[in-house]
Amino acid sequence: MRPDFLTIEQWVTPHSRILDLGCGDGALLKFLQQKKQVRSLGVEIDANNIAACISNGIDVIEQDLDQGLANFADNSFDTVLLTQTLQAVHRPDFVLQEMLRVGKECIITFPNFGHWQARRYLLTRGKMPVSKFMPHEWYNTPNIHFCTVNDFEVLCEQRDISVLHRNFQAANYRDATASGPSVFSPIVDRWPNLFAAQAVYHVTN
Amino acid sequence: MKADTIKNNSEAVAGGQYDAADKNSIGLVETQHFIYDQPFRTSSGRDLPSIELAFETYGTLNSDGRNAVLVCHALSGDHHAAGYHHSDDKKPGWWNHYIGPGKAIDTGLFYVVSVNNLGGCSGSTGPSSINPNTQTPWGPDFPTLRVRDWVASQHLLMGHLGIEQWAAVIGGSLGGMQALRWALEYPALLRHCVVLASAMKLSAQNIGFNNTARTAITNDPDFHDGRYYDHQTRPKNGLAIARMIGHITYLSGDLMGERFGRELRAGSFTQGVESNLEFQVESYLRHQGDKFAASFDANTYLLMLRALDYFDLAREYGDDPVAAFREAQCKFFVASFTSDWRFSPARSREMVDALIAAEKPVSYVEIESSLGHDSFLLPVQRYQTVFSAYMHKMSEECEIKGGELNAS
Repeated sequence: MRPDFLTIEQWVTPHSRILDLGCGDGALLKFLQQKKQVRSLGVEIDANNIAACISNGIDVIEQDLDQGLANFADNSFDTVLLTQTLQAVHRPDFVLQEMLRVGKECIITFPNFGHWQARRYLLTRGKMPVSKFMPHEWYNTPNIHFCTVNDFEVLCEQRDISVLHRNFQAANYRDATASGPSVFSPIVDRWPNLFAAQAVYHVTN
Repeated sequence: MKADTIKNNSEAVAGGQYDAADKNSIGLVETQHFIYDQPFRTSSGRDLPSIELAFETYGTLNSDGRNAVLVCHALSGDHHAAGYHHSDDKKPGWWNHYIGPGKAIDTGLFYVVSVNNLGGCSGSTGPSSINPNTQTPWGPDFPTLRVRDWVASQHLLMGHLGIEQWAAVIGGSLGGMQALRWALEYPALLRHCVVLASAMKLSAQNIGFNNTARTAITNDPDFHDGRYYDHQTRPKNGLAIARMIGHITYLSGDLMGERFGRELRAGSFTQGVESNLEFQVESYLRHQGDKFAASFDANTYLLMLRALDYFDLAREYGDDPVAAFREAQCKFFVASFTSDWRFSPARSREMVDALIAAEKPVSYVEIESSLGHDSFLLPVQRYQTVFSAYMHKMSEECEIKGGELNAS
């Protein structure tokens, strides 16, 4: 399981109505249904992921996030989720604005491009970082809008977005259930822009 | 070469000849009849003294009766949805691609019920049936029917079969409208509503096409104001034209271009030569029209077209589809096809948006297909995959005892 799932679970109210944008195969919503009995809906564009959601028993709507969320009413969901998807949309600020309109609260997770390994990769090799978690080359990556923790903080400040909670994680691909809190947690929390591989933000308008 | 392609395509619409060894075919099936020997009050306020419905069933009803699904047919369909009536049948039922062992509507998992709609001409009471009061065919005196009348008559059959709740009501196009009406009229009696290539109501353009088709029939000299049975004739030409109009609109422009292009079936454009020119597409459409006109009753076609035009899901709910869907208790699965311009994806999205606003559980897929409105009948791989996935998940719920609903 991805480490951000456990963080998200803590911030979601039981029996609330959840919309997951770019919900993938529906694993997160299924997890939240089991743990928090939420009423959930996913939005996805990939045909294989949509079929996987349906096999998982997760309600899913085929829709392109870059076209906006005009079909969703204001404050119609308790929480809108956007996990590991912000960097893949054409207009992250527009999607964020739409999320905050549709959801009373939003949870966003994104990979931190300011992580020391990304910096070292660029510094020593002079090439765009490629990792186990982000295996694509610059020319074929679906991740077209990378940002750092600091970049996201600045965007929140500029758009008057209130941050309810922040969570920073040293890894973004290991199995969170297999290990407890990392001994590096205090360091990651002290200097997230350098040591967080993944950031999880709980925000509202 | 083109002629072969056309033949193959028309066979591909339903599938090939009967093959006893085909493990994915339901094989030979029999039509059954349900007679409801009491007056049936139609939505127009008229009484039919009794009604008869032709239907077929495929698969086996579980001991707890939770695996029954109702399949609703579209404009020109009937109760023969899958399998073959005789071993020498050239074609199986109209939805054989999707009903059978291992198919999307898996007859190994589900008990499938398929009914010829009231007003039909394939064994159910309709305009060509004898009016007991006059001992002559009803013809134009047959009551106008609406989608809700079909749903009400299907509900009677449901009781006759001892089914307490459908696992799903499933339909494409006009069949999808029946599934939608089921969800609003009998919300407790279905757990899933599967709506394919359909809409909450027709557009002005759609009604225009339908009216043109109706005019072709009623203007045929053999129509005799709908009393053609008394004249031992049938308005075949008008019905063939009506079918051609429909057929063109159920295909996509790209598909017709790909299948027929401008290829000639007869004649030549050589200068200095006068010849009887015929495009392949002309020949194809004439064949489709004639084949349909030979087997279908014109009054039934008029009745079905009108029911299609009159359907408006939210009319009784203040024209508010969100208010309408608040009545529903089932889950919804909605699919549309990119090249379908009669029931376009936009119409399905309106439905889905209203369902979301009504806080109903819904899944929606928009399938890339060049086959137009008829896509829902044809083998389209992604559609098969996702429809099968939905039905398979549904079949797991059939095992759950207690009858709880998942609706919010």
